[in-house]
Amino acid sequence: MTITIDSVPDQSRPADQPVLEIDHLKVTFATDGGDVYAVKDVSLDVRSGEVLAIVGESGSGKTVTAKTILGLLPETATSGGAVLINGNNVISVSAAKLRQIRGRDVAMVFQEPSTALNPVFTVGWQIAEGIRAHAGGKRVSAKDAKARAIEALRKVGIPDPEHRVNYYPHQFSGGQKQRVVIAAALALNPGLIVADEPTTALDVTVQAEILELLRDLRDTYGTSIVLITHNMGVVADLADRVVVMYQGDVVEDAPVRVLFAEPKQDYTRRLLAAVPHLGRNSASEGMLERAHQGSPVLVEAINLTIEYPGRLGTPAFKAVDGVSFTVSQGEVFGLVGESGSGKTTIGRAIAGLNRTTGGSLKVLGYEMLNFKERTFKPLRKDIGFVFQDPAASFNPQLTIGDCVAEPMIIHTNPSPAQARKRVAELLESVQLPASYAARYPHELSGGQRQRASLARALILNPRLLIADEPTSALDVSVQAKVLELFKEIQAEFGFAALFISHDLAVVDILSQWVGVLYKGKLVEQGIGSQVMGAPQHDYTKRLIASLPVPDPDEQARRREAHRALLAQ
Amino acid sequence: MATTSMEPTKKSLLDRLPVSSHIRQSVGLQRTMLLIGVVLCTVFVVAAIFAPLLAPYGYSQISDDAGSFPAQAEPGGKHLLGTTVGGYDVLSRVIWGSQTALAVIVAAVLMSIFLGVFLGLVSGYFGGWLDRVLVVIADAIYAFPTLLVAIVMSIAINKGQSGFWGGIFACGFAITAVFVPQYFRVIRAETIRLKAEPFVESAQVVGASSARIISRHIFSNATRTLPLIFTLNASEAILTLAGLGFLGFGIEPSSAAEWGFDLNKAMSDASSGIWWTGVFPGMAIVLTVVGLTLVGESINDLNDPRLRGRKAAGAKGAPGPSTAAAQAAIAADVRGL
Repeated sequence: MTITIDSVPDQSRPADQPVLEIDHLKVTFATDGGDVYAVKDVSLDVRSGEVLAIVGESGSGKTVTAKTILGLLPETATSGGAVLINGNNVISVSAAKLRQIRGRDVAMVFQEPSTALNPVFTVGWQIAEGIRAHAGGKRVSAKDAKARAIEALRKVGIPDPEHRVNYYPHQFSGGQKQRVVIAAALALNPGLIVADEPTTALDVTVQAEILELLRDLRDTYGTSIVLITHNMGVVADLADRVVVMYQGDVVEDAPVRVLFAEPKQDYTRRLLAAVPHLGRNSASEGMLERAHQGSPVLVEAINLTIEYPGRLGTPAFKAVDGVSFTVSQGEVFGLVGESGSGKTTIGRAIAGLNRTTGGSLKVLGYEMLNFKERTFKPLRKDIGFVFQDPAASFNPQLTIGDCVAEPMIIHTNPSPAQARKRVAELLESVQLPASYAARYPHELSGGQRQRASLARALILNPRLLIADEPTSALDVSVQAKVLELFKEIQAEFGFAALFISHDLAVVDILSQWVGVLYKGKLVEQGIGSQVMGAPQHDYTKRLIASLPVPDPDEQARRREAHRALLAQ
Repeated sequence: MATTSMEPTKKSLLDRLPVSSHIRQSVGLQRTMLLIGVVLCTVFVVAAIFAPLLAPYGYSQISDDAGSFPAQAEPGGKHLLGTTVGGYDVLSRVIWGSQTALAVIVAAVLMSIFLGVFLGLVSGYFGGWLDRVLVVIADAIYAFPTLLVAIVMSIAINKGQSGFWGGIFACGFAITAVFVPQYFRVIRAETIRLKAEPFVESAQVVGASSARIISRHIFSNATRTLPLIFTLNASEAILTLAGLGFLGFGIEPSSAAEWGFDLNKAMSDASSGIWWTGVFPGMAIVLTVVGLTLVGESINDLNDPRLRGRKAAGAKGAPGPSTAAAQAAIAADVRGL
């Protein structure tokens, strides 16, 4: 019994016929507060072998559009218009027909590979599931299914697929898991793949590999790809054509080079201008030696080691391994690294949220190795902390004013009038109206919340500010404003800052001195523009080379350079 | 996002109270179920509060000016729901029984909430050996059948039998012992989750004391599920009380009316065709439990955005997101609050 699924996608389709055609799509969600128009009027088409990127900020309707293509909208949504895949209107077809279309004509790659795979089944089984579902009622033998799963894994470049087809998802790394998800999507040779933020959850070096894989698939198999992303670098790297969405509408639709070279719409121009670009607008432009070295040292780490205790029978995990650095008064120290590099652990240790286990870490002269909350508390007023997710770092039950005033109430016991006055001052200096003090956190947008978070960190005029990925939860245009504000305020207040981020371009904009962490070790530190421009360590070189820049031509050159670097 | 152009809003009290806000949010079948539950509960509470006015006779009255009540009289005439073998008026016993039930629920649930919430917060926030000990004790109590614990407690407190308040507190304590682990578990789990939230960490970084963090940041966020457990537990409390009464560990008929006790006494009647002595107390138990459960389950469904039914988008008469309050609700909804 042979299954002839490869012959199902009709080859008779004319080459210029679009694989996907979306015509005046409208999607409305019913919510408690009435209807929300997520997609207002979207029309676009994707041709065979084309990579179409849909870009936009959060709330632009790009993910809803992508989900409509596969008919994955929740029950609360109503959609109008037409989504044609090979002549079938996904919006109006029956559930049975829709199941046939999914997987065979169109497949999806999800954002988070670790949740898209079922942890209790082998990856081979999960890839074969799609093959079985489309066998047309016939049984697929286990041997057959396995052979095809191995084939699919080989296509996406998983080494030793014969053996690894029997692995469970947790035995793969994040990037490999995403490859498995792509393999499952490819198992039936669909003409179209919808990739919803396929690299957002991955580190840059892994992201470069996945982008390379997607490009190969397009070149080798002629698969069309709809790429949903907010990352302009990814767009420049992979897309042929770009659709820019804003608040449920298509703002601009242009080939990638045209869009980046001469954006027509104001919104697109503003969006592109807000994207941080490595090597432009560097804080350490033209600096030859480290600034602020005459000032007192606020943080001094010597051979700092931080271990997380292992579970019974497993050795402790070294999150930070022999790291030495200093942060002087008035200096902005940028700490870059990928996930698991220990950058957040260092930030938390300085704030006393994690204990250090070896070496020495002196914060404002206090040795953190002998940390006692009671003795450290007086120093806390000199340390401000800005958290990654502004939505979660405010108590939803308290007003912004109460939240911002909290450090002051704890340390200086002010009268309510004093507190109100100081809160108003601080809100002004982070460019929020003083009236916002009466609002609740959920009534503010992400960017406004992050400003309020900055206001809270600064209310006691701290000498040291720790910012842990303060802009990674924000849209690019909001990120640009927050970064600018941060820069201005730092110049005005003159505090020292430890700025932690995975985004090299963002770190370069703010910090004069940059340290690169890799697997708990500080592999390189130096003046920002020098580290970014002429990296010394192999890992830094790789990290910088794999960062996609928002410029298609420059990115094509960088891609070549990256390949050459990997070939060495 | 719509939130940028919003005025600060304060919802009216009616919108913030647990049950009334839920009625407003609900549609269709969910609303019907919630309303039925609310009506049943209201009838129960009204009957309990106004028992002296509503009941034709006292709970232990077996005679009036016209002489002794007939034993086992059929429903109708002077005794709308008939009388029992001891000559009690069934209608009066049923109405007075609601008062006993309400008193026991209030006593039991209040005691278990205070104790459970306090222990849960402390145990979840500080962790360590205290946490481990408390969890083991809670698990041990869980392992016993509810009624068995209640019986043991009731015997331990006042030898099984007593007057009105003594009986109520005996039952209350017995039920408390059973329910404290539930509140403890829920609050502890919430506290542990909240402890890792950035807003709690940001309070720690700022130097807030543990007492301040628990009372100001964790308490109000951890107790949002309490109305739900409260209603669900209240129905269980009634069943436990009825079970105690049925087994003879309840309150003497001369000190208060108690549905479970009446059911017990009605057992022998059932075989001789006297249905009214058992059916009415039984109905009272069932309807009260159904009412409380409907309210609890509806609140549970409505609190979860994924389970909550909504009017179809684009339906006629669906209000547009025009007001600031509506937009705030959407913003909260989008974030899954």
